[in-house]
Amino acid sequence: MEHVNIFIKAVFIENMIFAYFLGMCSYLAISKTVKSAVGLGFAVIFVLGVSVPVCYLLENYLLKAGAMAWISPGLATVDLSFLSFIMFIATIASIVQLVEMVIEKFVPALYTSLGIFLPLIAVNCSILGGALFMQEREYSTIGQASVFGFGSGVGWFLAIVAIAAIREKIRYSNVPAPLRGLGITFIITGLMGIAFMSFMGVTI
Amino acid sequence: MSTETVKAPVKVKVSGERLFSPKNKKLVTDPLNDSNPITVQVLGICSALAVTTKMEPSIVMAMAVVVVCAFSNLVISIIRNIIPNRIRIIVQLTVVASLVILVDQVLKAYVYDVSKQLSVFVGLIITNCIIMGRLEAFAMGNKPWPAFLDGVGNGIGYGLILVLVSAVRELLGSGELMGFRIVPDSFYKLGYFNNGLAILPPMALIVVGVFIWIQRTKNPKLVENN
Repeated sequence: MEHVNIFIKAVFIENMIFAYFLGMCSYLAISKTVKSAVGLGFAVIFVLGVSVPVCYLLENYLLKAGAMAWISPGLATVDLSFLSFIMFIATIASIVQLVEMVIEKFVPALYTSLGIFLPLIAVNCSILGGALFMQEREYSTIGQASVFGFGSGVGWFLAIVAIAAIREKIRYSNVPAPLRGLGITFIITGLMGIAFMSFMGVTI
Repeated sequence: MSTETVKAPVKVKVSGERLFSPKNKKLVTDPLNDSNPITVQVLGICSALAVTTKMEPSIVMAMAVVVVCAFSNLVISIIRNIIPNRIRIIVQLTVVASLVILVDQVLKAYVYDVSKQLSVFVGLIITNCIIMGRLEAFAMGNKPWPAFLDGVGNGIGYGLILVLVSAVRELLGSGELMGFRIVPDSFYKLGYFNNGLAILPPMALIVVGVFIWIQRTKNPKLVENN
């Protein structure tokens, strides 16, 4: 039950895009058509779902104050948490590289459809953001951390597919010229964010 | 100490400007308007929106980004010829991450409150697309000095939007600027209310959208046709 709560919270209430604006750059750049939005969305779900639990293990068995006690009691006082940024980003970059190679080897069709999006994900803030939120909120088990990672990915997927659909439709509307493209996308995202805020009061 | 680190790049720019060729000067001034990282290049939106509820954290954030952007550009540009092309992303991320760790530790030591408010967003400077974007687009192909200036310019262009957005949001949302009350008490007695919506996250997007609108009205060559 707890896992369901974390999942729903990550998807709707603390949506990566509408509540924290993470991964906005690729969200704005790749949302011109629904097809590419879906591709990128799946890739993000996958990478978040894998990298958050891996970062969780790193955090709890290597970086946190006293986390290295399992190696030898002498290391119990070591606190490496200031290294977490560099560890997390290196983990994410290598997971992205790994995922790219695995997909290329076993599912070539998916690989060609994701194309350039895969390497782009390494610098998508929502991935590092997911890892850092996991660290800040101190989830107690790896199960919770993975559910959180997966849920955040699903939330991001929903957001990018929704905005891509709206942008496909808005091409036929008469938007003021200076507002066309980027400007109107910002404002629509803002309005969608207000809509998503209605979930805020929900306690689960 | 924190102010020293932050001021250093700006000083370099000001004292050097007289000696600079127009081309180098353009590297700093262009990102302020014509190729602004946020409103034109669409880079670094994530952090720009999340830290702008108050002016103080956004000024600190802007300074942090100027420092990281300028020095990562400088470092990558110095080593650009020895980085193997295949692993350049990881090399770039490592350089940026080390700089961000430095900035984070300095912020924690000297402006702890602000660093708490910024929470994960200091760490997220690593994946700030402005920095990666400038490294890829500029530092990998240019000499160290222009690359450094490009970093300073883009950092300031980013900071400019950050400070403007946060000023609007703080003024509307809390009636204050930098923590000083701007809207007089007599207004509140007459029934004026702070606009709570301005502090909420979605408002940041709308304010940036309006800024883009204003900028493109003044500068029609930026208008998109689609």
